[in-house]
Amino acid sequence: MAEFTLPANSVVKQGKLYKATDGATNIKRFVIYRYDPDSGDNPCTDTYEVDMDSCGPMVLDALLKIKDEMDATLSLRRSCREGICGSCSMNIDGTNTLACTQSISTIKGDVKVYPLPHQPVVKDLVSDLTNFYAQYASVEPWMKTDSATPPDRERLQSREDREKLDGLYECILCACCSTSCPSYWWNSDRYLGPAALLNAYRWIVDSRDEAAGERLDELEDPFKLYRCHTIMNCTKVCPKSLNPARAIAETRKLLVQRKM
Amino acid sequence: MSNSKLPTSPHLQIYRLPLTALLSITHRITGVILAFGCLLLVWILATLAEGEAAYQALVPHLDSWYGQIFLLGFVFSLYLHFCNGVRHLFWDVGYGFELETVDLTAKLAIALAIILTIATWVVAGAG
Repeated sequence: MAEFTLPANSVVKQGKLYKATDGATNIKRFVIYRYDPDSGDNPCTDTYEVDMDSCGPMVLDALLKIKDEMDATLSLRRSCREGICGSCSMNIDGTNTLACTQSISTIKGDVKVYPLPHQPVVKDLVSDLTNFYAQYASVEPWMKTDSATPPDRERLQSREDREKLDGLYECILCACCSTSCPSYWWNSDRYLGPAALLNAYRWIVDSRDEAAGERLDELEDPFKLYRCHTIMNCTKVCPKSLNPARAIAETRKLLVQRKM
Repeated sequence: MSNSKLPTSPHLQIYRLPLTALLSITHRITGVILAFGCLLLVWILATLAEGEAAYQALVPHLDSWYGQIFLLGFVFSLYLHFCNGVRHLFWDVGYGFELETVDLTAKLAIALAIILTIATWVVAGAG
């Protein structure tokens, strides 16, 4: 159920200040969430003064500069550094986004960096997404068919049917949307969240898939699908400009339409 | 929830909720206010049914500063809940999900609720 405050072991304390090297004139302060599972201490925020004259333009550049030059213990996930892998999703300046595509210059004041909201924290900016991935797996995101595969070719799809997948198949499972959703914060044990629901819809509308009815049966549940209250945080934060809120609404429409 | 010993990352404490999210929670709050407001309406009607003396005894409370604040809050809640409810009706049939549209309709709902509240207050005051 909804717990609006953090449990005692999660309350964030004030951490250390890491000064910039002497002579740095163009300084930006990064306030970063830290949690060390080995220390037994509560999480804290450390502040790092970064010399912007020798730093790349994106938040990920600054995080890696900090890790390389100031504090090697800082932990984060990253891979592609160009917004396609979804690894460096985190909460920056109060909103979920990818560190690699978030420019530093557009952020006023100190840059506050936290892990994805309301998730178990493994270390620093690394959150445990086990539940998120399990929910994705639960919508069985693969093609299900009863009919035999054509012997001489692939299952074909018209251009129009293929276009129905645009805005859906591009999801990179970064979890920005689901972890931005207050409904998901309070009910992630039963509500599937925007990412899993967008992917469920992606298969429901795929003309080649033959299990739409079964998929809809699975979603017809007061919590799995209907905890969405159109708060719109998901669509606001999606780094791929997808619209999970619309996918959820379209799924609900299909549930109504098949009863008529 | 593979490991409950791990700390939970901050959420409401750090999240900068956009206007759409603020309006969403306001929709709930105004719904609760409307439920209490309906009790007040029934109370007013009950005193009317009881006779003039009972109603006249209530009027000073309605005219008092706290009565006026509650009535103003009730009227504004009614209009905001109504206007935002219309947004939900459009969403239910699949319209208005574009980011520009959700921001525009959020501002429209708030503006319209304020205008309707002022209009109601002026008309009621004149009547």
